[in-house]
Amino acid sequence: MTTVIRTRALVKRFGPVRAVDGIDLDVSAGDIYGFLGANGSGKTTTVRMLLGLVLPTSGEVHLLGRPMPGPAREVLTSVGSLIEGPAFYGHFSGRENLTLADASGPGGNRRTRSARIDEVLEQVGLAGVGRRPVRAYSLGMRQRLGLAGALLRQPTLLVLDEPTNGLDPQGIAEFRTLLTELHRGGTTVFLSSHLLAEVEQIATRVGVLDRGRLVLQDELARLTAPTGATVVLTPDPERVRATLDGRVISVDGDRVVVHGGNPAEVNALLVAAGISVTGLSVDRPTLEQVVLAAAGTSADRVDR
Amino acid sequence: MMIAVELRKLFRRRRTWATIGVLNALPMIVAGLLAFTHLAPRPGQGPAFLSAVLANGELFPLAALAVVLPLFLPIAVAVVAGDSIAGEAQAGTLRYLLVRPVGRTRLLVAKLVAVLAFVLVTVLIVAIVGFVLGLLLFPAGSAVSTVSVSGTTLTTWQLVLRTVLAIGYVTASMCGVAAFALFFSTFTDSPLGATLGALAVLVGSSLLFTLSAASPIAAYLPTRYWLAFVDFFRDPIQWRDTLRGLGLQAIYVGALLTGAWANFSTKDITS
Repeated sequence: MTTVIRTRALVKRFGPVRAVDGIDLDVSAGDIYGFLGANGSGKTTTVRMLLGLVLPTSGEVHLLGRPMPGPAREVLTSVGSLIEGPAFYGHFSGRENLTLADASGPGGNRRTRSARIDEVLEQVGLAGVGRRPVRAYSLGMRQRLGLAGALLRQPTLLVLDEPTNGLDPQGIAEFRTLLTELHRGGTTVFLSSHLLAEVEQIATRVGVLDRGRLVLQDELARLTAPTGATVVLTPDPERVRATLDGRVISVDGDRVVVHGGNPAEVNALLVAAGISVTGLSVDRPTLEQVVLAAAGTSADRVDR
Repeated sequence: MMIAVELRKLFRRRRTWATIGVLNALPMIVAGLLAFTHLAPRPGQGPAFLSAVLANGELFPLAALAVVLPLFLPIAVAVVAGDSIAGEAQAGTLRYLLVRPVGRTRLLVAKLVAVLAFVLVTVLIVAIVGFVLGLLLFPAGSAVSTVSVSGTTLTTWQLVLRTVLAIGYVTASMCGVAAFALFFSTFTDSPLGATLGALAVLVGSSLLFTLSAASPIAAYLPTRYWLAFVDFFRDPIQWRDTLRGLGLQAIYVGALLTGAWANFSTKDITS
């Protein structure tokens, strides 16, 4: 599998602060990579270094197999991005903004421009927005327009930094559907977010940043793999403990965790003993548990 | 093409035309008052050429340039040039331009060209509006033939040529202002800060110029030769100050653009 984003020992220092402290990212073609971290953990600085906005203090960035920032002009043409919220010229319409953006750099074929703009406006749900200036857009509409701008040249890599800011729940669901479609079409997605639930729903691979260090990077499926235990919900936790002698790991109210990765086997034992079971599932750690275990305290917390 | 995009952004913006409009209001007021009161400043006082326009309306384009040159024109240029990079940074559009990708040098060049276009268009409009005002409000001088600043007469063609030279010279002087504002614009995310920085330089330069103690550095002050365009209307043309003025502006523009480029091309864009 080809590597789309690769960084080695990437460091960015702002004065005495090491905002990014030696990270090795690996994003392969076809990933939806969830880049997680608290606010202030260095996510945005990393994203900006990937795109050549912030110059690394040391270390390497390879984007689409090419060492940055040398061939930025060719490489970034195949990258669509949304960085810390969208930004537009408020006095122009959304269409005019997209036209100007497309005309200002390489790779935006002039003859197909109008058709491409129609297509992306349709994709993000702004087809009927007309000629009103962006100034009059809601936050959610701007976010959609920003995404339209990122999609305008059918990028092979999408770099999205907090893309669902300002979207309502329906908007977030639509956005997730759109990303899934694009991913199916072969687009690699690098999704930077502090919203664990959002990432857990669509990511195939996650990296967790904590105070400038990459503390975790793995397939989501592996991180949230079954632990080999079963969760039983029951009104009778004490009888469960008595029946499954020694197999009970923990009891929390009506929630009992027992050894054994096969819920059917556990269920059979409990039903045979006449214990009512209201819920039964394979025990998996949530992404939140994984992240909290890997990362320390919140980065915007200031202790003495 | 980035330059075309920048020109489109600049000239499709209402603020640009409002600035040019305000800039032309001052010569209009001056022309109206002069035509109404017939109280021209005495020769050697007030803005250059203004004393002569009552007798010769054809000189009003030059009078109009002389009226706006000390303050209005530099402010307008500093506003537009100060906005060029810092304005994009403040609006957040700078990061999207750079990842589009537009090369940093390319962006700076496009901004510079757009600012120069603004300077030229603005100076031309001031001259044209001045010409129309002169035609409408003051007697035509061509019938009696135009008198140069030195007292000799100039043919219409001579006057046209020298007016073009003067417009070119004022434009070059404004390039210096634009270079200062563009330079500051690469250092800050606040367009107002960049504009004020450039204006502070100009005000400081004008102030030092009046100070005898500053005479050792007077020849290097950016505003030193601004008004030398009057020399195009002496007979024969006095080239000494205008050439020095052009040379000085070229040095400032060269140094400041190099500085702007060096800073911008290695800067972390965190806006």
